Amino acid sequence: MTKCASEIRDTALDDGALSARLAHIWGTPKTFWGFMTTVDHKEIGRRYIVTALFFLLLGGLAAVVMRLQLGSPDNKLVGPDLYNQLFTMHGSTMMFLFAVPIMETIAVYLVPLMIGTRNVAFPRLNAFSYWVYLFGGLMLWAAFFVNTGPDAGWFSYVPLAGPQYGIGKRSDFWAQMITYTELSGLAVAVEIIVTVFKMRAPGMTLDRIPLFVWAALVTAFMILFAMPAVMVSSTMLILDRLVGTHFFNWAEGGDSLLWQHLFWFFGHPEVYFIFIPATGIVSAIIPAFTRRRMFGYVALVLSLIGTGFLAFGLWVHHMFVTGLPRLGESFFTASSMAVAIPSGIQIFCWIATLWDGKLRLRTPLLFVFGFIVNFVIGGLSGVMVASVPIDTQVHDTYFVVAHFHYVLIGGAVFPLLGGIYYWFPKFYGRMLNERLGRWNFWLAMIGFNLAFFPMHILGLMGMPRRVYTYPAEMGWGGLNLLSTVGASIFVLSFLVLVLNIIRSLRSGEIAGDNPWDAGTLEWAATSPPEPQNFSRIPVVTDREPLWQNPETLPVIGGMHADRREILVSTLVEATPEVLESSPQATIWPFIAAMVTSVTLLASIFTPWAIVWGALPVGIALTGWFWPGGEKEDES
Amino acid sequence: MTAGRIRSVVQLATCSSALQACSGWQSALDPHSQTAAHLAGLFWFFTAICAIVWVLVVAALIMVLRRRRESESVLPGDDFPHQQRRKAIIVGSLTAITAIILTVLTYMSFYATREITWPRKHVLTVKVTGQQWWWQLDYQNQDPSQSFGTANELHIPVGQPVTVDLEAADVIHSFWVPNLIGKQDMIPGRKNVLTLRADKPGLYRGQCAEFCGLQHAHMSMFVFAEPPAAFEAWRRHQLEPAATPGAPQRITGMNIFVHGACATCHAVGGTDADGQTGPNLTHFAQRATIAAGTLRNTPANLSRWLADPQAVKPGTNMPQVPMSPADRQALVAYLEGLK
Repeated sequence: MTKCASEIRDTALDDGALSARLAHIWGTPKTFWGFMTTVDHKEIGRRYIVTALFFLLLGGLAAVVMRLQLGSPDNKLVGPDLYNQLFTMHGSTMMFLFAVPIMETIAVYLVPLMIGTRNVAFPRLNAFSYWVYLFGGLMLWAAFFVNTGPDAGWFSYVPLAGPQYGIGKRSDFWAQMITYTELSGLAVAVEIIVTVFKMRAPGMTLDRIPLFVWAALVTAFMILFAMPAVMVSSTMLILDRLVGTHFFNWAEGGDSLLWQHLFWFFGHPEVYFIFIPATGIVSAIIPAFTRRRMFGYVALVLSLIGTGFLAFGLWVHHMFVTGLPRLGESFFTASSMAVAIPSGIQIFCWIATLWDGKLRLRTPLLFVFGFIVNFVIGGLSGVMVASVPIDTQVHDTYFVVAHFHYVLIGGAVFPLLGGIYYWFPKFYGRMLNERLGRWNFWLAMIGFNLAFFPMHILGLMGMPRRVYTYPAEMGWGGLNLLSTVGASIFVLSFLVLVLNIIRSLRSGEIAGDNPWDAGTLEWAATSPPEPQNFSRIPVVTDREPLWQNPETLPVIGGMHADRREILVSTLVEATPEVLESSPQATIWPFIAAMVTSVTLLASIFTPWAIVWGALPVGIALTGWFWPGGEKEDES
Repeated sequence: MTAGRIRSVVQLATCSSALQACSGWQSALDPHSQTAAHLAGLFWFFTAICAIVWVLVVAALIMVLRRRRESESVLPGDDFPHQQRRKAIIVGSLTAITAIILTVLTYMSFYATREITWPRKHVLTVKVTGQQWWWQLDYQNQDPSQSFGTANELHIPVGQPVTVDLEAADVIHSFWVPNLIGKQDMIPGRKNVLTLRADKPGLYRGQCAEFCGLQHAHMSMFVFAEPPAAFEAWRRHQLEPAATPGAPQRITGMNIFVHGACATCHAVGGTDADGQTGPNLTHFAQRATIAAGTLRNTPANLSRWLADPQAVKPGTNMPQVPMSPADRQALVAYLEGLK
């Protein structure tokens, strides 16, 4: 390749000039147009996280109303129609609009920082993914507010959700929301995989990748393989409802159990989309607060991969009472039990690291302790429901409700809260308050256990799930009231978090680049990171680069300082391969997401929408991919 | 022949007056059959193992917080090699122990499943069909004159295995009487089978366990496990046609029922009413509850239910049939006479 004379390389500039230059080139103007067109992974990651937290709030409010309704027997606060919409919205929101997106997009924000690059791969796809996700979530909640909220459960079993029994457009909104969120989820998964495989800083060999990044990578692969199953099944559901196909109509040769197989083939791995990144957060927090490298790095990576594989062999344990052959079910008991082994290894390694570490018992570490205490309960009750005979008694009762809230809140929300306290200084440059952090932790710990532990007992006392009320003579009133009180305390803990965040944004202690003295690369960037993340790409020689080189990191030189450029490296050894230009800001992903969303929304009402919508979608994609004169790659 | 009903009502009444006494009538932890006892035993064994594991993990965390450390070095980094080696051995052993425990639990589940699903000789077959939101019960016999239909209250002889064929008419439901047996789904287009055996006489409550729409919460059933002689008397009575009304008000009620809207959905043996979409009401007055356990079966409650079904059970498929209060009184009198 011929070199232009006007080119400026980073070697020609001092640190200050380079950083200012690159910040200008990579920066997002603080204007409305800048907001709409940005492709910066930090901008998009941050708004993705805030949106997911907003949906957490909505899903949480739905849960509060349900807990108030169940707080006393024969309560008339909400009727069955609204209650069914509420629990469907709660489950769908928490799974599809909160838990999976927030875990994926914490990775969107952090992975490039942790592996020492300047953006994710396919940044425009990233922007597109956000807008599609936002429109899908807003559509679902708008439908709910006009009394068209889905009411067949987050699992939408047919025939209840099918054309004959699912009234109006309720289940269509649910099924189409799946299309939106899975589309955005798949897009992010592809970005994460390519980013981790091809954009790591020089020297970050496979065995130097931070555990959080490994977790994000394994999750992305699982999403890639699991989400098509639910997209196919929700599309089949829409087709059954809209154009009269009979995929799930047993009277016409379809099968209602087919839905359950397809849904849970996705639905079970989905639990691990949420749990695996959470274990990554734990593996990031523990070294920072023990001053020790993670014990058993290789074992932990293999556990993540092992969990990823096993997660695809468990789905039948959601169907133990549907009357499948008993011998076949026993295999799924065995595989469901087996998945406890990699989880066990992770817990043993975490405790082993804590054992000799020099503990600094700050809020993030408190949440890690809370996580282990709660998650182990959820994991063990999981061993119980994995047993076919025990499951015949507890399946579809409050015992299961208790079990999966221990797994999802204990196993994922506690690490997430710890992660928020841990990375907030990196995101916003200010520390969260430690005192409020402790209040937050203890209220969450007490509230959560009061709310959910009694549900184990309620389930064994015969209380089924998804009932909008129960008669006083069942004797479930006391424990339900206790659970409602616990839920209120749990909500209070989130108010403390919100208060803490607002206070810190205004007047929190200034954090500095590396307030926790942690070892991974994101702490080498400024807080908050500059638009280019790293002015000079670091060279990695250790799993904890900042502990290895506490003063200054070695860096590579020779990258262009006059354009958006990233370094592409090899898959295994991360040796530099190519200098590649990274896309500019553009409005096209927003337009493409907009027309895609309108097309999908209209297709709820008429199949012709897909035909007519193809045209504007085609135009938007043409605009998106129109050659813009980017500089050639340089190897 | 009113003995059966009186007994049901008395059992139900004692339950509501003494909450404590009946808090276990829909409980997995108060087994009244061999199967349920087996399941409860397995459950407690698993619980004990899990509790021990949890206590050990929490104890380890407490020790982490309390122990004095030999390496108080401020510099971050690795453990010393001897610590690494010791930890590798401990983590490896714990993983092996985990695998062994899980293997044992898997085998126990497997054998428990075999134990409770072994085919037994049965004396009686009842087809239970899940409907939104009630249970249709058909006592089947090769001799059609010995077959009969009823709803929501399953009578079985104590100590004898009863085959329950599970089907669904509309959406998926799930049959669950926890004191007697674990649940099994009822899926449209499929047939599942359970073998039920109660070892003690008693009244057990069951409830639909698979979300089935608006009134999933009010889809309960009662199982009356009776001594074989009492069961046989009940069965014989069910085969008889409905009692012919004598009092004029009841005759008026019968005419309203048979010639009005009721008969399009409900059947009463011995009359022209043979609707099949709603519960069979031939011996309605013997039942303890109305609308699948929603209301106690009393004349006042029945009148309330007939006057506005949606107010009692929002979403129910039972329509509100307009009629004068006098007609409703007559209808109630007729139905409450169907002993």
